[in-house]
Amino acid sequence: MIVPIAYYLVLSAILFSVGVMAFLIKRNIITVFMSIELMLNAVNLAFVAFAHQWHRVSGQIFVFFVMVVAAAEAAVGLAIIIAIFRTRNTLDVDQVDLMKL
Amino acid sequence: MHLVLFFIFGGLCVAGALNLLLQRHPINSALSLIVVMTSLAVLYLLLGAEFLAAAQVIVYSGAIMVLFTFVIMLLNAGKEDRTHGSKAAYIVGFPGAAAVLGILAYIFLKQSDQLGSAKLGGYLVTTSDLSRVLFRDLLLPFEVTSVLILIAILGAVALARKEH
Amino acid sequence: MTSSLHLWLIPLVPFAGFLVNGLLGRRFPKALVTAVAFIATLIPFLQVASIALHFSSLTLPYTENVAPWIAAGGFHADFAFSLDQLTLIMLLVVTGVGFLIHIYSAGYMAHEEGYWRFFAYLNLFMFFMLTLVLAENFLLMFVGWEGVGLASYLLIGFYFTKDSAAKAGKKAFVVNRIGDVGFLLAMFLLIAHFGTLSFGEIFSQVGQHPEWQGGFLTAIALFLILGATGKSAQIPLYVWLPDAMEGPTPVSALIHAATMVTAGVYMIARAHAIFDRSPFALSTIAIIGTATALFAATIGLVQTDIKRVLAYSTVSQLGYMFLACGVAAYSSGIFHLLTHAFFKALLFLSAGSVIHALSGEQDMRMMGGLRKKIPITFWTMTAAVFAISGFPPFAGFFSKDEILYQAFISPNPLGKLLWFVGLLTAGLTSFYMFRLWYLTFFGESRAQAAAHDDHGHGHGVHESPWIMLAPLVILAILSVIGGWVGVPEALGGHAEIAHFLSPVTGPAHEAAEGGNSMELLLAAVSVAVALTGWFFAHLMYFAKPELPAQIASKVRGLYLLLLNKYWIDELYGAVIVTPLLLISRYVLKGLFDTGVITGGGLAMGYTAQGLGSLVQRVQSGNIRSYAGWLALGAAALLLLTYFGFGTHLLFR
Repeated sequence: MIVPIAYYLVLSAILFSVGVMAFLIKRNIITVFMSIELMLNAVNLAFVAFAHQWHRVSGQIFVFFVMVVAAAEAAVGLAIIIAIFRTRNTLDVDQVDLMKL
Repeated sequence: MHLVLFFIFGGLCVAGALNLLLQRHPINSALSLIVVMTSLAVLYLLLGAEFLAAAQVIVYSGAIMVLFTFVIMLLNAGKEDRTHGSKAAYIVGFPGAAAVLGILAYIFLKQSDQLGSAKLGGYLVTTSDLSRVLFRDLLLPFEVTSVLILIAILGAVALARKEH
Repeated sequence: MTSSLHLWLIPLVPFAGFLVNGLLGRRFPKALVTAVAFIATLIPFLQVASIALHFSSLTLPYTENVAPWIAAGGFHADFAFSLDQLTLIMLLVVTGVGFLIHIYSAGYMAHEEGYWRFFAYLNLFMFFMLTLVLAENFLLMFVGWEGVGLASYLLIGFYFTKDSAAKAGKKAFVVNRIGDVGFLLAMFLLIAHFGTLSFGEIFSQVGQHPEWQGGFLTAIALFLILGATGKSAQIPLYVWLPDAMEGPTPVSALIHAATMVTAGVYMIARAHAIFDRSPFALSTIAIIGTATALFAATIGLVQTDIKRVLAYSTVSQLGYMFLACGVAAYSSGIFHLLTHAFFKALLFLSAGSVIHALSGEQDMRMMGGLRKKIPITFWTMTAAVFAISGFPPFAGFFSKDEILYQAFISPNPLGKLLWFVGLLTAGLTSFYMFRLWYLTFFGESRAQAAAHDDHGHGHGVHESPWIMLAPLVILAILSVIGGWVGVPEALGGHAEIAHFLSPVTGPAHEAAEGGNSMELLLAAVSVAVALTGWFFAHLMYFAKPELPAQIASKVRGLYLLLLNKYWIDELYGAVIVTPLLLISRYVLKGLFDTGVITGGGLAMGYTAQGLGSLVQRVQSGNIRSYAGWLALGAAALLLLTYFGFGTHLLFR
């Protein structure tokens, strides 16, 4: 049987919006960071779906690079979180709000 | 066959994502995310991206999520208290996220005829195809990416080091 | 072809003197300041004298175009100077009398603070006056016109720490400004109709169109008259001149007698081509002049301050000059300008000498018996008094008589009436001048022992130093012989000045028949009237000194009216000044300035602040709220992209 590409894309959209909502609800910095990873994965799925549809490799190449960058970003981000935890002793995202007017 | 597999693993993805949302302890969220990623790897296989499926499992769920788990355990993150920190997030954000979902779903479903469909084995990208493009046409971005990773490593080490 | 006369040097040398004395004079020793001022005035005088000597060899009119000034579309105006007979006479008066007054001032102001400032301003005045006289177009003349007003303000308010002096300076400037508006409007009309402001071009255009009568030329003329009444202190803008006596006496002599106030008369004479085409304007000038002459003379009858009497006398004599221009006898007006410069300057300077002798006393009721104590001052002032009263062979007789004669024979229907009023005024002039003479020099000395704080010498009545007396003597000689250049043919002369000026002002009118005998008769009548005035003055102030008080108490109302100058200042204050002040203070300042402008500014400020504080809430530092706004924005962008300008996106 055949699966319309639209279903893959809708799945990607669902995953993405779940990621956004997790970002809005969660209070732990690490969980917030994980929701970002979820959003990235959703986008990856969309890329692969389109690559399959148009028979182009570039979609998958893009996914490759996204993965690499996501890895680097995760590493640096987690290092920053550790640094924040050391100075502020909290993992609450609402308490890291000094950059305001 | 394809459809059944799609629904099973798609459902697993969504379930894992919702679990990430609903769980209180971060470690549970992390494990749910691993479930999501692995299911996604299967979906990549269904779409003919075998290298990416492997990379997904190895890099994403095998390295990145393990890193997350390490940090959670290092920082001893505990259960979350459900308090309201920001009104704007709920008042503005929820409608926004819902709107994003709605619009995207609408667009995709509207255009589903023109989008065609996926057949199992319809388009298979072998690792050699991928690497041919990667090492010939996109060699420079590839090398730059390796520099990026190097910088990320240095940054991470510098940031996370204990001050003496 | 005449070689260049370097006319531009004439105004520029006094300007250089102003700069040197103004910028550096404070640190100079007094002798250096004096030297700079003298040189800055002597050089122009010598230059003018040399031009006068070579005058017959010049081709006239002579113009010098120094630099272009405005070139806008079809209109252009240049820094250009011109010289003709009229200019030459004015130049001689300004530089000659100016130089003499500079010499006098060195003695009179010797003990003043701000000595350097005085001479700087005086040189500045010379610069502007010379520019006015030498100008070849209305625009440059206006520069000089305004500039002499400025110099007048600076010099009237020279004792600026004195409240009355500062107010007098302001009054002079503001009233002059009103006249200047008239001049400006006239210039605009001239540009509109002639496309240029150059004298030569305008007058030749007028000459080529004999059909232009009245109409717009009357309008231009009336506005010019407004300007002239302001500068030359005629009705209705004369009110500043009596107050201008707050300035030092040399200033009154130079600016408010000999030069600045004659600028109006000069301007009318210069632009006579325009006035000739408008009988209405000429009648207006004549009526204003005659009325002012009579009006001022009546006020001068009862004033007690010696300088006030002379101020009103100046206003009155300027009225005569206006009368002359009003009956189109321009050369007579200029002739009277010339003689008036001599004897009025002399009157003021000798009054200054009297004041100096009495250590600052200016009230004639406190004078008397000075004839033997300050003889040179007495004799020079006597010459001036006889000149102004119109006794032959002194200067004033010939010029004043010429004016009255021209009024009498004028084709203007008002001519005989104007002659009669002028004659009456001559009698009054003689009366109040001799009154001044008797009160100051004759009788018992009424001077008080206490010294005025202006000139506190404290060593009794003494004659002035020679530096002050020498100009008096020179001016006295000129007052005697100055009229001899205009002796009319009826009295055996050749009317040289009228012939000299005729290329500029047009030929003088002559009566049809019986001219000479009529002129002799009128001259005799004038002398008789002057003698009558002297007789009454002698009666009231020498023979029977108690008579004035008796007469004053009998006509108390009239006496008070004259003493208070017809309350004109108070009238102007109530009708014009006070409403303007109230409007400015409460409507313009209170309503517009504070309310609209400041209020508007404040309102905008508060609005910005309010909006800012609202927007400030968005940047809360909370990541989740940022994410919320981001999600909303992303949805909006999606909408816009798909439905807005992305609808042509094709899905292959």
